[in-house]
Parts: sequence; C-alpha cells; structure tokens
Amino acid sequence: MTSMEIKTGSAPSSRSGGDDSGALLDVRDLHVEFHTRDGVVKAVNGVNYNVSSGETLAVLGESGSGKSVTAQAIMGIVDMPPGKIPQGEILFRGQDMLKMSNEERRKIRGSKIAMIFQDALSSLNPVLSVGYQLGEMFRVHEGMSRKQAKAKAVELMERVKIPAAKDRVNDFPHQFSGGMRQRIMIAMALALEPDLIIADEPTTALDVTVQAQVMDLLAELQQEYNMGLILITHDLGVVADVADKIAVMYAGRIVETAPVHELYKRPAHPYTRGLLDSIPRLDQKGQELYAIKGLPPNLLHVPSGCPFNPRCPKAQDICRTEVPPLVPVTEQDGTDLPGRGSACHFWEETIHG
Amino acid sequence: MAELNKAEAAEPADETPNVSEVDAVDAATETEAVAAIEASVERGEPILQVRNLVKHFPLTQGILFKRQIGAVKAVDGISFDLHQGETLGIVGESGCGKSTVAKLLMMLEQATAGEIFYKGQDITKLSGRALKAVRRNIQMVFQDPYTSLNPRMTVGDIIGEPFEIHPEAAPKGSRRQKVQDLLDVVGLNPEYINRYPHQFSGGQRQRIGIARGLALNPEIIICDEPVSALDVSVQAQVINLMEKLQDEFNLSYLFIAHDLSIVRHISDRVGVMYLGKMAEIGSDQSIYDHPTHPYTQALLSAVPVPDPEAREGRERIILTGDVPSPANPPSGCRFRTRCWKAQDKCAQEEPLLAVPERFKSSDSPVAHESACHFAEEKDVVHAA
Amino acid sequence: MPDLTKTETADAPDQAAEVTAAEPRNGAGAVGKPRSLWGDAWRDLRRRPLFIIGSLLIVLMLVVAAWPGLFTSADPGSGDLANHFLQSPNLTHFFQPDWFGYDGQGRSIYARVVYGTRNSLLVGFGVTITITLFGGLMGMLAGYFGGFWDSLISRLTDVFFGIPFLLGAMVVLNSVDQITVPVVIGALAFLGWTQITRVMRGAVITNKHADYVTAARALGAGTKRILLKHILPNAMAPVIVIATIALGTYIVAESTLAYLGLGLNGISWGSDINDATQNIRNNPHVLFFPAGMLSLTVLAFIMLGDAVREALDPKLR
Repeated sequence: MTSMEIKTGSAPSSRSGGDDSGALLDVRDLHVEFHTRDGVVKAVNGVNYNVSSGETLAVLGESGSGKSVTAQAIMGIVDMPPGKIPQGEILFRGQDMLKMSNEERRKIRGSKIAMIFQDALSSLNPVLSVGYQLGEMFRVHEGMSRKQAKAKAVELMERVKIPAAKDRVNDFPHQFSGGMRQRIMIAMALALEPDLIIADEPTTALDVTVQAQVMDLLAELQQEYNMGLILITHDLGVVADVADKIAVMYAGRIVETAPVHELYKRPAHPYTRGLLDSIPRLDQKGQELYAIKGLPPNLLHVPSGCPFNPRCPKAQDICRTEVPPLVPVTEQDGTDLPGRGSACHFWEETIHG
Repeated sequence: MAELNKAEAAEPADETPNVSEVDAVDAATETEAVAAIEASVERGEPILQVRNLVKHFPLTQGILFKRQIGAVKAVDGISFDLHQGETLGIVGESGCGKSTVAKLLMMLEQATAGEIFYKGQDITKLSGRALKAVRRNIQMVFQDPYTSLNPRMTVGDIIGEPFEIHPEAAPKGSRRQKVQDLLDVVGLNPEYINRYPHQFSGGQRQRIGIARGLALNPEIIICDEPVSALDVSVQAQVINLMEKLQDEFNLSYLFIAHDLSIVRHISDRVGVMYLGKMAEIGSDQSIYDHPTHPYTQALLSAVPVPDPEAREGRERIILTGDVPSPANPPSGCRFRTRCWKAQDKCAQEEPLLAVPERFKSSDSPVAHESACHFAEEKDVVHAA
Repeated sequence: MPDLTKTETADAPDQAAEVTAAEPRNGAGAVGKPRSLWGDAWRDLRRRPLFIIGSLLIVLMLVVAAWPGLFTSADPGSGDLANHFLQSPNLTHFFQPDWFGYDGQGRSIYARVVYGTRNSLLVGFGVTITITLFGGLMGMLAGYFGGFWDSLISRLTDVFFGIPFLLGAMVVLNSVDQITVPVVIGALAFLGWTQITRVMRGAVITNKHADYVTAARALGAGTKRILLKHILPNAMAPVIVIATIALGTYIVAESTLAYLGLGLNGISWGSDINDATQNIRNNPHVLFFPAGMLSLTVLAFIMLGDAVREALDPKLR
C-alpha cells in the first residue's frame, strides 16, 4: 500500500487547496494497472468523476470495464502488488487520499466513506453474530462498551427495517436471507454515518422483488443522511431508477457522462446506444435484438485509438488511430448541455443524427 | 443431420430480420395477434406434457440411522404443455423450483410423483436403453458457461461427445466434419476444434454449450438461465443465435430465467412459478400485459426498466418480506404471506390453476390460467 | 501470449472481431494455438527453478539406480579390512572408490551409496504406484458412488489411520522370513494407501457435482465414461502432487525400517546408516554420505511436488 504515495509524486500543495467545485469526492485522471505474468493489465486509464453530498452517481459498465477497480482504488483496497496507481488524484473534501498516510486514510475509510459489496454472505464473518459485527464499528472507532455497542446494533438493524431486530441481533449471517444480509451490510456501512457510500452491484445477487426493497431502502437512507452515493452496476434498469447522473465506462475509460434522463433519451456514444438497444423491453415484444458485435476488450491488449472501435458500427480510420477525449456535448446550435460528455469522435452524429 | 448442411449456408445471426414475431402491440391488433400465436402454437399434440410433477427432497437427521424429518417441496405439483417449435418461458425467483423442473425434465433427478409425457410416452418410468433414446431428443443448455464445459477436453471432444455416447447418431468418419459444421452453425470458427474452453470468453463458451446441445438434432432444448452469466452486450448475441437456431431446426425451448424482459422477448408462452407451484401461465401478452395473479403483478412492477420516464408513470408494488422456506410452505395459497389481497379464504383453500370464472367468457388475453382466488387484471408494465 | 490469429479468421469477419477482442480475465488471451490445461502447467513448470533442480536430481538418481556400474568400478559388497578400515574421504578423488572413504568393513562408501540407490528408489516408486492405483481406485469408488461404499471405505481408512505407520510396518516385516523389495513395498503400501484414498475421494466429490458432469449425464453418458473422461482427469491434479511428495517419504520409511533392523537383504542407505551409528563419534563420514543421499533424494521429490502443485493450482494462475 505504501507504493501509493510514492507513485503519485506531484506537489503536496494541492492538499490544502480547497476545491471550488464543492464536490465531496473528486477523482481526477486516475490510472490503475496490474502487473501480471502475461503483461500489464490497464484496468483504469484516466477516469474523472465527482459526486456531491446527496447526489447519486451511477457508474455503468460491463465486466472488465474498470468500474469496480476504480471504487477499490477510492477505498484503498486494491492489492498492491500486483496493482499500481501510476497517476491520478482522489480528492475527498479537497484532500488527495493517495497522498495521505495509511493512518489518515484508514480514518477516512469506514467512518467517512463506506462500501457495500455484491456478495453479502462472504463479506460477513460467518462465525461472529451479526450484532457483534455491527457493534464492532462502535467499539473500535468510538470506544463503546459491549452493551452499548449491542444496543447500537439493534438500533441500526431497526434502521434498515429488519423485522424483530431485538431477537435476531445474536443470529449468525447464514440464518438471514439474501435480502436481509444485504440490509445488514447496509447497516454496517451506515454505522458511523459516512459522507459517502460506494455500492458495488448491491442488488445483483438478489431477486427482483427483494432488489426493489433494498434499492428503496438505500435511496431513502441516502436522503435522510444527505450522503453521496456511488452506485456501480451493469444493470441499465437499476441505474434508471435511482441515479442522478451516470458515467458509462468501457475498457477503463469513461466514454459518456450524462444526467440520467438525458442518457436514456439521447445517448451520445455508440456503446451506450448499443447497450440500450440490445436489452429487450418488458412492455412490448420487440423484433430481433440489436447486438453489439464482438467481445469486450482484452485489457492486456486494448485496441489502439478508441477502445470500442472494433465493435463500433460507426468506426472510421481516425477511430483506429486517435483516442477520443471526453468532450462536452452540446445541442446542435451549440447550447450547453450541462453534465454531458462523450468520448467519441462522432458524438455529434450519434446524438443528433 | 441434413439440417446442419442447410444451416451452413445460412447467414450469421446479425443481419436477417426476424419477421415471425408479433411486432407492434397496440390494442387494436392485440386479439388478432393472440389468435396468430395460438394458431402457430396449437398444431396437434404437444411434444411435451408435464402433469402434476412433484419433487420433494427429504430432510434427514441422524448419522447412522437416518430418519426423515421433513421434505423440501422444491416442485409441488406443476403441469404444463410444450408444443413443437414453441418457446415456453418459466420465470420465478430463486428457490421457486424452476431449476429443479429443468433437472426433472432432463431426468437428472427422479420425480417424486407425476408424469412427463414426451410424445405421449411417460419418460419418468423409463430407464436404460429406452431412456437413452429419449435423451437424444431432449437436450440442455446450462447457465454457467465456465463450469459446464470440461476444462480438460478440447472443444472438438466436447461437441463430439454426444456422438460417442450415441454412436448411432453419426458414423465415426463423419464426426469431425459434423463438429465443425456445428461450430459454424453457432458462429464460431470451425478451426477452433482443437482449442480448450479456457481459451474462449464467456459468450463463446456459451456458443460451444449450445453446439453440444444441438449435436444430436434434438427436438426440445431446456435452457436454464442461458444468458444470465453473460455481459449485457453479449446476451443479445446469444439470444439472437438461439432464435435463429429455433427457426432453422424447429426447436422447442423451455426457457428458464429470472430476467423477465428476456423471457418476454424470446417466449411464446410464459409460466410464473412461486414456491414450487405455477402461479400463472399464458401467452406472453396475457402474462405481461394482462397479469391477473398478484405475484406476477408484483414481479413485473419490480423489474427495473431502463427508461426513467416510463418508470415514473408506472405503479410499483413493493412486496414485504422474503420468500418462505419451501420446507415449510404456508397453508392454502403459498403467496398469501406476502400478498396485499390475502383474506381468510387464502389461508384455508388452495387456489387452483385455472382460468378465473369471471374471465371465462372473455376472448381477450386476460382469459388465461391463474391460481388466485381474487384474480383481477392489472397492467403494471405500461406507463399510466 | 500467442499472437492473435488474424490471418486464420480473415475470411470470417464476424469471428475475427471476436478473436481480436479476447478474454481479459484468465490471461488465456486470444484463441491462439490449442493450449490444454496440462500443457499450460507444463509450460509453467519448465520455467520454475524448483522443478528444474528437482527433476534433474531425480533423473540423475534414476540413471544411477539403473546403471550403477557406470558410476563406480568398486564392488560395494566386498571390503578390504586390512587396507581400508574406516578411511577418511578423499573429496578430490572424483568417482574413485575412496571418494567418500571406507566403512568399518573396508567397503567403499561411494560404491555403497551408488548401489543403494536402486533399492531405495524401487521401494519409493513401487509403494507410490501401488497406493496411487489402489488408493485412487478406492477413493474414486467412495467419492463417486457414495452411500454404502463411501461409508465402508471411509471407515476402513479411519481404521488404517489409527495404526501407527512405522509400528505397523515393523509388525508386518517381523512376521516374514525374508525381507525382499516386494515385501517392503507391500507392507508400506498396505499401511499407506489411505492417504491417497482420502485425497481422491475429496477431489471426486468436488468434481462429481460440476456442471460438465451433469451435462454428460444429461447426454446419457454411462458411469465408466463419466468417471474416466470427466471426473478422473480433473481429480488427478491433487493426487499427483500428494503422490510426488509421498514418494520421498516412503524412501525415508524404508531407511527408517532398515535402521531399526528390518532392512532389505541387500544394499540400502538405511542399513548403512544403521551400521554407521556404531562409529559415529570418530567417523561421522560413514553416516554422512548415505544420510546425505537420502535427504537429497527426498528433497528432490518434495521440490518437484511443490513445483507441480503451484503449476496445477488454478488459483495461483
């Protein structure tokens, strides 16, 4: 973990520089790579995004898009080695977490930023009772007694609407259903009232009816505590429900950013458009599905130019040679579309054509 | 295997638009469309008839002298038909027994009770040679393309294995060619025949699994969550391939999935399962546009739709609680513990799967089988 | 990472796209040349120093065991008490009879070490092959068929685990008239097969429920095919690792028995070690060379086993 500080060596003055955007978390030009036997896997290649208090940012991408690795870098849980962060900044309330000491970072993690994982069963310790694990936070971070901590645990379980919390506080994780376990994970993340929650595919392992319950709970708690929420998912449906703004990732880059309504109405990147077209609809029977051809990219050999070019129906010569930067997207007459950006050489045709 | 040669000439999945499906669905053409489906579906005897199928897994206690203390009622009396060339979708949440149904149809589990008729013959009673012969006609595509292919066999051996088990299906000399034809049919390069599964990505592996399923020229393919392990952008490729193959080989699919959108896309008829029972079954329009069972309505309303605007106009029914344990299901209607309509009757009397009395005279898609005492129509999918 | 097969697929553009964009996760990369898992393990092994050193040593031992006459002209059996009684080694006299010195009966220690290799390796390989075949078969039966067979075989292995290995072997060897190589092999295998059975049983149970086995059953495959084509190749890896490491320990066991006076009729490192202990204070070299060879052999097999395990373990890939 110590390699973090060394590798990012830019001037330490930026630490004090209060950020004018007022963002809670600001990720700037983040790169993450993994050194494996077969070569260097470039998992994240220059990601920029920010999230403010009370705001929900959805990071959308398929497996290998780098969406989870970005979150792990924010949490400081990337395994190093083989992982490495050669450049970038992760500003939390204006302070670069990559330049902090381990101790400082540890304080932020858990108490200011919390994470919820997909697989609640493997994230909970099977041999400790749920109440003990929930109370641990208070004992370690706030020095409470055992009894106080347990009372707090019951309170938290009631918070996330676990029925009969008092009776179940001494139960073990395997005695809960999948949905209830995910609630416990949420309770754990909430324990110290963090400013930011990162949820990595929080409902993917759950059934639809339970999924809806859990997402609703998460949204409700977020409002109540005015937290920032980063929701990492591959599911375009889940995103549409809860996100304020969306960042679409492909091959370790952000290829499109947009407010949620805009993205679905007028995608400005062929990948986003392809994804939207390739999912069948619930409310009517469609014709043959549109399919994005080819396979997701191999991160050992990301195609030159735009990483999406081998699969893109619009690809031209320029796409094979030049990496398109994330540029602001405007109306046809040049009016600003706030929050919108696209990393496509032909974004104008994609959105307006 | 004459069909394979035909397939060779056919185009890859992408271009050819599929015209056989029912396209735009608005109120005016609706009944017409239903009639069309019914006509295409009901040609003679169903190829597969399932009657009161039951599978209980015994729960035992004790080490030396095992004694049964109960049973997990994974499948508890379900019935349905599958016709030639048709896709029947089965949806339900985890633990509803849909995967057990697949295993029972594949004769991978012995049914506790009930019958499965394949062309009029009850296959649950078969064994040995007769069973092996039936197996040729019922094949399966598995959920996980990573674990369903033997990592130590080449692709050629994997796809060719059906021929080794059923030598009468193809003479020895022609097998290599047949395997290469199959690779071509599923859109893989025939030269990959000597490669190993770990050299392929998830989507390609699932194509290999499909090729294996096709090898014996079956009439029925049971698909257990065939795309849920794949990336979104690859799912569409595999779904399109499956539809193309269905048209080419006149296959019948039993398509088991939890993704309701995909099931609607591919299915002609859909059955909704809850806790080992069929809650509702009917044409895709009946289920999606005119659901009458509260569970189906809740399920449909909970599906996250990738369209924020349509979303806002839709009613959402959020169920409370979790699915009860199949070892100890509620009395009467199994859904009553989570149902907002539940009354005393629901606890005492089990609702039968039948067309509800009040809709019997109707000729709209609302008249379909639904196991609810208080069945009423409610459109939860379309924005108000 | 093999090169992408662009030329191969040029005629099928659809597939070319699939091939160029390959799987990012497992590092298998593009669908290049056929690469079996065994092949991958072998490629991986060839680059490991542990494997290279271990296998070179083992090959050397095998050659020594097969043709001891190539390495020494001295007769290991006859000694010259008058001239060579407990002579110290002459470490510069490579391959000469007095290289390692002479023992208490005036026999060349070098020649005895060379000729002793055969019996040690014979016992090691003999026991390992026997227990792998028999124990593997038992483990497969128990794991695959379960129920009654599993209970029977598992209880049987429990019984054998209860017998102290060396004590049991001593009892067996004490009861025979002549201790020959097959007798030692039989005794050690009789007491040692359960180790492989347990490993094999576990591996078979894991693989029995794999989807590809279900797929084969759905096709109508018979028990024989499922066991031999699907389960066995996938269950072999842990058995190979355990067997390789066990081979070394059986060589030690043979020597231990010889040290305890239950040695083979013939030359063996163990009986030499036994003899050497009488003079250990004044003439440690008599002990050092046979004991050193024994340790080196065992070490070679353990190194090999470790390297194989790392190459075969998919989690380390």
